[in-house]
Amino acid sequence: MSTNPVYSKKDFSSDQMVRWCPGCGDYSILAQVQTAFADLGIPREKFAVIAGIGCSSRFPYYMQTYGFHTIHGRAPAFASGLKASRPDLSVWVVTGDGDSLSIGGNHLIHLFRRNVDVNVMLFNNRIYGLTKGQYSPTSEIGKRTKSSPMGSIDAPFNPLLLAIGSGCTYVSRSVDVFTKHLQESVKKMHAHKGTSFVEIYQNCNIFNDGAWAGFTDRGARDEKVLYLEDGQPLIWGKAQRHGFVTNGFGLAVIEVNTPEDEARVLRHDVSNKVLAQALAALDHAKGDPVPVGVFYVEDRPAYDELFQAQLREASEKNGKGDLQKLLNQGDTWVVS
Amino acid sequence: METSPATPTAARQKVQSVVIRFAGDSGDGMQLLGDQFTRNSALVGNDIATLPDFPAEIRAPAGTREGVSGFQLQFSSLDIFTPGDDVDVLVAMNPAALVKNLPALRKGGLVVVNSDSFKTGDLTKARLEKSPLEDGTLDGYRVVEAPITVTTVRAVSEHGLNAKQADRCKNFFALGMMYWLYGRSMDSTVEHVKRKFKPPFSDANLAALRAGHDYAGTVELFQAVYEVPKAELRPGKYRNITGNAALALGLVAAADRSGLQIFYGTYPITPASDILHSLAPYKHFNVATYQAEDEIAAVCAAIGASYGGALGVTGTSGPGVALKAEAIGLAVITELPLVVVDVQRGGPSTGLPTKTEQADLMQAMYGRNGEAPMAVLCARSPSDCFEVALEACRIAITYMCPVMLLSDGYVANGAEPWAVPDVADLPRFAPAFRTDPEGFEPYSRDEATLARPWAVPGTPGLEHRIGGLEKQHLTGNVSYDPANHELMCRLRAEKIARIANELPPTRVDGDDSGVLVLGWGSTWGACRTAVQARRDAGQKVGHAHLRWLNPLPKDLGEVLKRYDRVLIPEMNLGQLSKIIRAEFLVDAVPLTKIQGLPFLTREIAEAIARLA
Ligand code: SF4
Repeated sequence: MSTNPVYSKKDFSSDQMVRWCPGCGDYSILAQVQTAFADLGIPREKFAVIAGIGCSSRFPYYMQTYGFHTIHGRAPAFASGLKASRPDLSVWVVTGDGDSLSIGGNHLIHLFRRNVDVNVMLFNNRIYGLTKGQYSPTSEIGKRTKSSPMGSIDAPFNPLLLAIGSGCTYVSRSVDVFTKHLQESVKKMHAHKGTSFVEIYQNCNIFNDGAWAGFTDRGARDEKVLYLEDGQPLIWGKAQRHGFVTNGFGLAVIEVNTPEDEARVLRHDVSNKVLAQALAALDHAKGDPVPVGVFYVEDRPAYDELFQAQLREASEKNGKGDLQKLLNQGDTWVVS
Repeated sequence: METSPATPTAARQKVQSVVIRFAGDSGDGMQLLGDQFTRNSALVGNDIATLPDFPAEIRAPAGTREGVSGFQLQFSSLDIFTPGDDVDVLVAMNPAALVKNLPALRKGGLVVVNSDSFKTGDLTKARLEKSPLEDGTLDGYRVVEAPITVTTVRAVSEHGLNAKQADRCKNFFALGMMYWLYGRSMDSTVEHVKRKFKPPFSDANLAALRAGHDYAGTVELFQAVYEVPKAELRPGKYRNITGNAALALGLVAAADRSGLQIFYGTYPITPASDILHSLAPYKHFNVATYQAEDEIAAVCAAIGASYGGALGVTGTSGPGVALKAEAIGLAVITELPLVVVDVQRGGPSTGLPTKTEQADLMQAMYGRNGEAPMAVLCARSPSDCFEVALEACRIAITYMCPVMLLSDGYVANGAEPWAVPDVADLPRFAPAFRTDPEGFEPYSRDEATLARPWAVPGTPGLEHRIGGLEKQHLTGNVSYDPANHELMCRLRAEKIARIANELPPTRVDGDDSGVLVLGWGSTWGACRTAVQARRDAGQKVGHAHLRWLNPLPKDLGEVLKRYDRVLIPEMNLGQLSKIIRAEFLVDAVPLTKIQGLPFLTREIAEAIARLA
């Protein structure tokens, strides 16, 4: 192959007018994805961005790549068929909490289970935006919306625990306004073979403004966010004074004041599923820090590779199929 | 190779056609028995048509009426098109099978029963108080009682099987008896058993087969023995094939003739699953199969593959089509090729999963939101599934549109001889993928077909977006313009209508005045046979059978006008009748049957006679 073309963010912007509400977190995500794609070093025509239905799912229209805006909840199924048949493509799924966790929950877990080499970006704003403000499968219990005037009585999904539990081999989290962090997240997803998942905390400033403000606002960010780095100690806070240690099967917080304290602090290990689950289960509402970054990585064959390998193996074993021979097979007889 | 001697033919009475039905418990191996006798009949040169009848439950309690599995075969020295109205020979392995199938046996017909299975316990399971062998039930029939179980167990005793295993050889015993009755060589079955079974089961089954054959001869079980001479089929190479197998081969042929990968996305469902089973071993023919998590994912994955430049195909039955409707609409608006195979079964809802019906026609035509026209064609017989599958793929690619292929349980599971085609005679239809960025517009159209360009991901310079929101004419950008929406709805309809430009004129067999029998799909054999019968009786009758239901052939209106009356037999409550009435303002007479069973020839013939 010839040398890869050099792109800038602009090369990934389509000529279509972006129509999200002014101030929507989607704008930042779009910008970071365009920037990251330009850096990936693969030809633009190799990208296919597949979306379902919802605010987030308008995403493909704004990307100067191949794009398919499909039907509600089913993007992972379209992406699976495309990637299985065309493993040369870089396939991205853009979805929201309603699209992928409510109507499309089944396809999402099966994508994870199969480990199709597709990258899934789930924009989680804990609300239905496009249908104008009903509670979603990630809304907190008690949430008052147009469809839950007395408060929602549905327990929410934890998208990361769902992903880990369904066998996803790359589980991460980022935030719409963490620009550099989000760009890096996108690039790392691309590098992983198998399904890569990122939950992106996204602000819907119209129907659920400030859903994540408690830890994404500039003031709170440094104190509350735990940046996960493989092999690094699980320490957070402005002064880097809080750390996690193991406590039975769970985590406990200690004050980190001395080198001895620091030595006791648990180091992040992306291959440790139990640790990933413990970190994914942390709850900001209960005062826990909010981890962002890569929670879990597992190395296992991607579905599309296995799919292609079987096609190849069948051809190697049997030779290219001879149609006339196949039609002539079975108990045949000749009438003359 | 050892061969089994055929019984001497001197004393044989020649008969034109025989309808035989094997019935027993679903664990008794009746389908295998039927299948073996069918192959054997095909190999001696008879024309054949079959009708398997499965219970809905995999293994209902043994000996109950609910667990009865049947297999009907007509074999003939004539060119035949149906498995026959009336059964000549019924082989019943237990009381439940006997009483359930007796109504189909013609008066004076031969019934062969396993007399070992009419004990009190067997009768209770079949909800019978008295034995039908003794209470007069069988008066007027020729009855042959054979101790099949006991004799089978004795015959296989030296092969070291346990009681249950020995008992399961009795279908081969029954098969041996039937081979004797019709003077057949047993070689085809001997070979099959050696191929499919391992010792000691192969040896035991062969022992049972020979024992049945010998028993029938030794005890002079039958008063007369018969022979059905060869049929005069057109010269060529033949094989016996079921509809589902032929459909699978049609898809494989489509991969070959188009040069595209066939991506078969599906979810297991009766009676379509055998298509998946047939296709799965054909990976070296560039056929990929994808067993999805559900019906919706199956069609979506197929569309995803089509988007990437393969030909997406999804196979299902009526309930699956209902689930796929929204995604099919997406294929309509994004104008991507897709083939949806609907092997129809009894509905609504779960309905009669193992029985046949033609009640998905309206769903195929209109079962989507919005104006979502879809090409619809159907298969009229098992072997026709091959051609229809190939044609569905060709049209989907040529016109860039989803195509619905209607089969049904009767066509799918039935078998008939198929004249194996010469691959060189099959059409080629490789698509012209768009690669030139110069002047590229995703929704520009071919002048003749109105197809839009197929521009697949990976093609430099053609990056574009498609989706379910209304498209602007030519650019394919999202458009909410009122006039554009109407234009696009009309263009999508016009594109499907233009398929009619390449359809052959409607073929009418028989007379060109009087009554026209207009059929579609699997009623073909019964329609054809009924029309022949009425014409033989002196009535003026013509027969036209539709392959294409949307669009309809261009000359159909003219054809209909030539006749005084139009009769439309279908296995639903009159769906094609409604379409024909709406399209042509013709006072078509519906003939409907919705019992999970195909039409008998007689039922159609009587309806034709009533219109004389
Ligand atoms: S409704 Fe909310 S999520 Fe949707 S575009 Fe507006 S701000 Fe963004």
